[in-house]
Amino acid sequence: MNQTAVVSTSGAGGALGPVWQVLGTVLDPEVPALSVVDLGLVREVLAHDDGLEIVLTPTYSGCPATELIEQNVLAAVAAAGLGPARVTMRRAPAWTTDWISPEGRQKLFDYGIAPPGPVDLSEGVPMHFVGRTPSGRRLACPRCGSLQTERLSAFGSTACKSLYRCMSCREPFEHFKPI
Amino acid sequence: MQASIQPGRDAATQYVLRLGDTCLILGQRIAEWCGHAPVLEEDIALTNMSLDLIGQARALLTHAGQISGLGHDEDQLAFLRDERDYLNPTLVELPRGDFAFTVLRNAMVATFLKLMWQRLSASSDAELAAIAGKALKESRYHQQHACDWVVRLGDGTDESARRLKAALAQLWRYSAELFEDEAIDEQAAASGLGPKWSELQADWRAEMAALLAAVKLPVPADSVYRSTGRRGVHSEHMGFILAEMQYLQRAFPGGVW
Repeated sequence: MNQTAVVSTSGAGGALGPVWQVLGTVLDPEVPALSVVDLGLVREVLAHDDGLEIVLTPTYSGCPATELIEQNVLAAVAAAGLGPARVTMRRAPAWTTDWISPEGRQKLFDYGIAPPGPVDLSEGVPMHFVGRTPSGRRLACPRCGSLQTERLSAFGSTACKSLYRCMSCREPFEHFKPI
Repeated sequence: MQASIQPGRDAATQYVLRLGDTCLILGQRIAEWCGHAPVLEEDIALTNMSLDLIGQARALLTHAGQISGLGHDEDQLAFLRDERDYLNPTLVELPRGDFAFTVLRNAMVATFLKLMWQRLSASSDAELAAIAGKALKESRYHQQHACDWVVRLGDGTDESARRLKAALAQLWRYSAELFEDEAIDEQAAASGLGPKWSELQADWRAEMAALLAAVKLPVPADSVYRSTGRRGVHSEHMGFILAEMQYLQRAFPGGVW
């Protein structure tokens, strides 16, 4: 393929707005409340002479959804009749939950998953007992909003989540880990 | 029966393979806990950490295959080498032991890998730096979780403290191998590919000393024993784990899901 980018965009406002709109409909297979754009997985869209190039970044090294996301992105672009397209994976800079959009955070919360706070590298001094409230910042329960919550499990149903419960409404909920 | 491949023998390939094998073999080992961990949360934790390690191994083995110029892909390197061509330290191939043994080893290796990824984030090899930048985030979380459990066990019941102490006595002597320099370390440091593994020793020891102090265990005395897994001379356990890993690809060459 021709490597010369005719147009390069990193957001929905540019000339490739229709492509970004289509990508905004491709849901993450493991967190189907969010699109790959909401999650910040789409880093760039480029229009080459001979087709589109969609640049994705993986979340976790071992995330089993990575290949499925790639297939779904290509299928959506093809279904929308946007012409030939390919996906390239970009590993650096490493994906961070800070790239999840404000809309994405609201969707997570509405879906029942506590969104990640800002990444704080000073957190998590390794030598100390972490217990059920790993940091000073308490998570709000996505169901009732109570701050009386505690961590049940550092790891959850997917690589990106941990498990909490609310002491007020007694419901368990997931938390998207900040990385 | 699929024949074995010979990996690249140049220093850069071997340096990346050694790290990839460390992630691969530990990932395989802790995956053995799937369905067997003492509580459900730790079953999930161990398999999640295994997934991260195998993801890191995939990236590193793929890259090693590219550096070597021999056209090997991640699967060929993971499944079609002979035992002597695996370069992981013996520490990660030891059987999983009890839960105390597993969490202490995870703490030792995660601390080591965290320090390694920090250094490799500045590698002259852009792909290796990118792999490290992502893996660093994962290793930090692994280290925090494993060290949390070391403290829980060391500060728990008499039985849990006894088991942790026994695990330390068994594991410590395998840590010396991590910080021995080989010829490939000199070349990697000279080219800017990555640090000599010995350069991480002081920081690793400081973090381990702080962890052990938290559970009132003395840092064990250094042993004259040196394991030799990184030179391909493995313990008697390595053949068994490779047999399990390799069976499918050897019996059904190129088999995919």
